[in-house]
Amino acid sequence: MAVTGIILVLFLILHMLGNLKIFTGETSFDHYAHWLREIGTPLLPSTWYLWIQRTALTVAVVAHIVSATVLAKRARAARPVPYAHRRKIHVNYAARTMRWGGVIILLFVIYHILDLTTGHLNPQGDPANPYGNVVQDFAADRWYVTLFYTLAIVTLGFHLRHGAFSAFRSLGQQTPKGERRARAAALVLAVALCVGYLVVPFAVLTGLVA
Amino acid sequence: MNLTLRIWRQKGPEDKGQMVTYPVQDVSPDMSFLEMLDVLNERLILDGEEPVAFDHDCREGICGMCSLMINGEAHGPQRGTTACQLHMRQFSDGDTIDIEPWRARAFPVVKDLVVNRNAFDQIIAAGGYITAPTGSAPEAHSTPVAKADADAAFSSAACIACGACVAACPNGSGMLFTAAKITQLSLLPQGQPERYTRVIGMVDAHDEAGFGGCTNIGECAAACPKGIPLNTIGRLNRDYLKATSKRAGTPGS
Repeated sequence: MAVTGIILVLFLILHMLGNLKIFTGETSFDHYAHWLREIGTPLLPSTWYLWIQRTALTVAVVAHIVSATVLAKRARAARPVPYAHRRKIHVNYAARTMRWGGVIILLFVIYHILDLTTGHLNPQGDPANPYGNVVQDFAADRWYVTLFYTLAIVTLGFHLRHGAFSAFRSLGQQTPKGERRARAAALVLAVALCVGYLVVPFAVLTGLVA
Repeated sequence: MNLTLRIWRQKGPEDKGQMVTYPVQDVSPDMSFLEMLDVLNERLILDGEEPVAFDHDCREGICGMCSLMINGEAHGPQRGTTACQLHMRQFSDGDTIDIEPWRARAFPVVKDLVVNRNAFDQIIAAGGYITAPTGSAPEAHSTPVAKADADAAFSSAACIACGACVAACPNGSGMLFTAAKITQLSLLPQGQPERYTRVIGMVDAHDEAGFGGCTNIGECAAACPKGIPLNTIGRLNRDYLKATSKRAGTPGS
């Protein structure tokens, strides 16, 4: 879980930095989007690097889900008779919503690819004009898209808040002081990614990016 | 004070079991929780009914026998306290109290509130010891140990193996128990020679016993009557990673 999670978090950071280029203007953003298809050229043919990265990410996502399923199945098998009365004494919302949160994030990723990668669910869906696709996607009359996007990103934030700390711990973080630092780092990462991803749709919604 | 108890009754391992309601009158707030159950049992015996079976031994919080899920909390509402040291002043007159056994596949119910915690013995047997013959207690200063290590090892050694960590864990994992023993031995010089075979053996025994996997939620450390910290699990993870990359058993590795 930890290793695949870290691969996905590194991608999320790069993806967020790429998204923020929308504030540098249409030409710059579109140039960046097209450059993504040309990374590695002329060593690699066009879009090869993109497909290598997509394959690696897919493997990481599948491995992440398989590990989570194994853990969930073990947890279910470990307590065949449930408690009649159960009280949670250590309230940790992020840790308790990891499994269903993960499902929501997976559904969002599928929608997100159909929306802004393949363009099937995008009102414009023009691969030559990614800036326009984003602006059309988060238009004010499509508020429900922005709402779903926001919910998914906030879920991602909670997922990362526990997930990042848990990854440090799984990889051997062992001192009480380090635990405080790991929890703080996980919180900062979760908030930074949430803000970084949410400024784009809200900039479109408020007309800052048009 | 007068209370209503809802207690899990199960005749034996094969019985299906159910919650049964018992009223208890004139409970003193100075009674311990187990004394309150003794009062109920004396009445049940006088009435010709089967008394409620529950585990207990020292009744001073050090043996780890008591194992009651009280109102959905392992060892009840007071933190850092075993059920035997919990007093009825923690409850109010007229309360309904639910009492259940630890729930885990690795802890099958023997009868009523008694569970078989043999799975913990299997984990200890898989490496929770040192094999050097120790004889009588050696001179304490013959093997110096850094104070911080000694303190952390000692606080891990405080584990009484009651199983509250497993009972409280949403995953039914026994990692806090396993990690407490790993931490205690891996911080002390006597534990070094078997350090990396120990962690693999104990984690394998833990998984084979049918416990769930740890997802670092932290419910175990909150429920632990001895305050074993959650970071012990990080120590276990680090030793496990080292053991699997070190090829334990290769000379000089």
